[in-house]
Amino acid sequence: MTGVDVGYEIPSRDFRITRETLIRYAGASGDFNVIHWNERIAHEVGLSDVIAHGMLTMGMAIQVVTDWCEDPSALVDYGCRFTRPVVVPDDGVGATLHVSGTVTAVEDNIATVSLKAMCADVSVLGKAIARVRVG
Amino acid sequence: MALNPDFVGRSYPPGAPYLVGREKVREFSEALGVTESVSLDVDAAQSRGYTDVVAPPTFAVRLVMAAAESVALDPDLGLDYSRVVHGDQRFEYSRPIVAGDELLSHVTIDGIRSVAGNDMITTRTDISTTDGEHVVTSYTVLVARGTDSETA
Repeated sequence: MTGVDVGYEIPSRDFRITRETLIRYAGASGDFNVIHWNERIAHEVGLSDVIAHGMLTMGMAIQVVTDWCEDPSALVDYGCRFTRPVVVPDDGVGATLHVSGTVTAVEDNIATVSLKAMCADVSVLGKAIARVRVG
Repeated sequence: MALNPDFVGRSYPPGAPYLVGREKVREFSEALGVTESVSLDVDAAQSRGYTDVVAPPTFAVRLVMAAAESVALDPDLGLDYSRVVHGDQRFEYSRPIVAGDELLSHVTIDGIRSVAGNDMITTRTDISTTDGEHVVTSYTVLVARGTDSETA
């Protein structure tokens, strides 16, 4: 992890999100908001279908960073904006989240990684930025 | 309904400590598709110098959301929780959360503003151990979507 250069692209990863993923995350996180598992309510509040928890997407996205730096203590900060919902249809396929990241700055042994989280070619997280200690 | 701006700076007392369970960390990790062995395997975590399995970076949301709810449900604030969505989230880490940690959440209202008919409230949650060691601070922006008549 020494000698990381600006422009370096960290290994990307695809996450499959099905209704089962949402149910598991609801139980694990304690977030039982009905729009994440109940189609009827999702429609009632104007959504096209059930959507994933923003924190599920955020929790998946950071893994490209933790997988890359292999040291959980290296993470300095991590933030994002929830810009678009990840719609998860009950069609046996679900949604695929593609996460990639680029090193945009290295200063004082801290690398800034700008993350991109795409679902069906649409960006679902804004300003997703993590800073990690390197070297 | 506009939020009461007098609430900026208000703090809420922490509730009972949250004891981070080993199986809860594993369950949370598996739900996210985590493959890092330090989050799943005690031996792997201990061989890396941790006392127990290491929680993924967003695990703190369990405590943050419980703390944010105590704010959001404060009747004097005037927030319609049924219209609330999570807008922004940021964590600043001193160290990762590890199974066995007993954590307290101190929540403060950092800011209240109204943008295009939507009420936005920023809460800061300082999470530390019962011994007073800082672990992580969370900044959470909740957005209460305005009704059509208010946004018009």
